[in-house]
Amino acid sequence: MALLTIQNLSLGYDSHTFLENLNFSVNAGEYLCIVGENGSGKTTLMKTLLQLQEPISGRILVGDGLKSNEIGYLPQQTVVQKDFPASVREIVLSGCQGRCGLRPFYNREEKQLAEDNMERMGIASLSGRCYRELSGGQQQRVLLARALCATRKVLLLDEPVSGLDPKVTAEMYDLISKLNQEGITIIMISHDISAAIRYASHVLHIGTNIFYGARDEYVKSDVGSFFLREQEGGDSK
Amino acid sequence: MMDKLGMYLSYPFVRYALIVGVLIALCSSLLGVTLVLKRFSFIGDGLSHVAFGAMAIASVVGLTNEMLLVLPITVISAILLLRTGQNAKIKGDAAIAMISVGALAFGYLIMNIFSTSSNLSGDVCSTLFGSTSILTLTRREVWLCAVLSIVVAVIFVLFYNKIFAVTFDENFSKATGTNADSYNLLIAIVIAVIIVLAMNLVGSLLISALVIFPALSAMRLFRSFRQVTICSAVLSVICAFTGIIISILAGTPVGSTIVAAQVAAFAICYVAGRLTGGVLK
Ligand SMILES: Nc1ncnc2c1ncn2[C@@H]1O[C@H](COP(=O)(O)OP(=O)(O)OP(=O)(O)O)[C@@H](O)[C@H]1O
Ligand SMILES: [Mg+2]
Repeated sequence: MALLTIQNLSLGYDSHTFLENLNFSVNAGEYLCIVGENGSGKTTLMKTLLQLQEPISGRILVGDGLKSNEIGYLPQQTVVQKDFPASVREIVLSGCQGRCGLRPFYNREEKQLAEDNMERMGIASLSGRCYRELSGGQQQRVLLARALCATRKVLLLDEPVSGLDPKVTAEMYDLISKLNQEGITIIMISHDISAAIRYASHVLHIGTNIFYGARDEYVKSDVGSFFLREQEGGDSK
Repeated sequence: MMDKLGMYLSYPFVRYALIVGVLIALCSSLLGVTLVLKRFSFIGDGLSHVAFGAMAIASVVGLTNEMLLVLPITVISAILLLRTGQNAKIKGDAAIAMISVGALAFGYLIMNIFSTSSNLSGDVCSTLFGSTSILTLTRREVWLCAVLSIVVAVIFVLFYNKIFAVTFDENFSKATGTNADSYNLLIAIVIAVIIVLAMNLVGSLLISALVIFPALSAMRLFRSFRQVTICSAVLSVICAFTGIIISILAGTPVGSTIVAAQVAAFAICYVAGRLTGGVLK
């Protein structure tokens, strides 16, 4: 059975539906990229997959014995109150919370994991700094390091490269595809369509036209080729 | 002055007051950061009024140990308030305001109608401002307060990492398999216990000060959760200790003196934070 099977899912807020009859599935080891215009419902879909939000109708079946503490998540926006006192290390370490269960304290491996992930994201030197005083890109890396601490099977990323500089963006994509090769299933929302088709195995395009399929089919499809041409046109301007 | 202090300290009730006061101050400061940063500060305020209402009922019924009634009522209200607060934000706030003001009015009404005491306004005043109650605790109450404070402190230490995770980013915690709802419930219950405890020390109107001031002061100086938590615990203990000693020596009301000490500490921290640029490393 697939890791996640989405059947006839409709999404919306209150009675206003903006996405209907969504059907797709994610198998272990795949790299799914979700694309679509602003406001098409990508974030809402991801929150629904994470069961933070109820769908209007439809079902999400979880298979392969996937437990919620094996999921890593990078939110698009983390609303942190203005003066929240939290150091980078504390935040990254809190990604290990799902592993702890009822155990009150982090063990040595978890602390090491946090250090390793901070190293990986190039924020080891910031570990004692206050999160609120970092730049947007630095904050993004902190949250990614936290997501990496949480994941063992699936990583859900909502625009992981927004606010990162080109060099780090490239490193980030490499890192994500490396994680994918190590066997972690990736579900990523991205506006960067060229990256999506370079790395992803599957593409889900949502909006007025919905497309779901393997990457090669997407490139050939009407929706895909139109969207691709449009973006390339936009990029060359 | 030292002689006078020594003489007072030879009375057991003064020693009790000091021990209990310091313990209560310690545990009420622990959840301060969480309370300040979550919408829970509202709940804290509402609960202190509920506790006042419950206290009024208890004293009218003539219970010897008022806490046995006040504690369960406050805990249940905390759970109910959390529930309503989760469903709809605005409705939740309105519900809290209604319950808290209602409980306040109802409590005073009951005390007025049924009280057999000759000094009614004195009773009300001491429930609201805790003027002398800390010095009049019985041995049983002292034990109960001490045990509850220690339990709260231990729970806080054991759940420290989870409280941080849930307070910092509830959605992430939920998505990655932390049972955020249960921990929110735990936080609400612990807050209720703290409020009932703190009522003995400073009375129900001044509880928020005891909970929130140390956290706000510590946040002027430090920038990590652990440092802020430790600093606010230390500040709270120091302020409670000096407050109680001053009130004994100068004959001022205990609760207000402690809160005055907290305000002074906040002012010092504010200035110190400004001078050091807000980051102590
Ligand atoms: N809390 C909310 N309440 C009501 N409507 C909402 C809420 N959040 C989002 N919406 C609406 O739902 C729709 C989808 O929003 P969503 O955030 O899922 O879009 P998105 O695809 O992630 O966009 P972006 O590319 O800008 O991140 C939008 O029309 C938005 O206005
Ligand atoms: Mg979005």
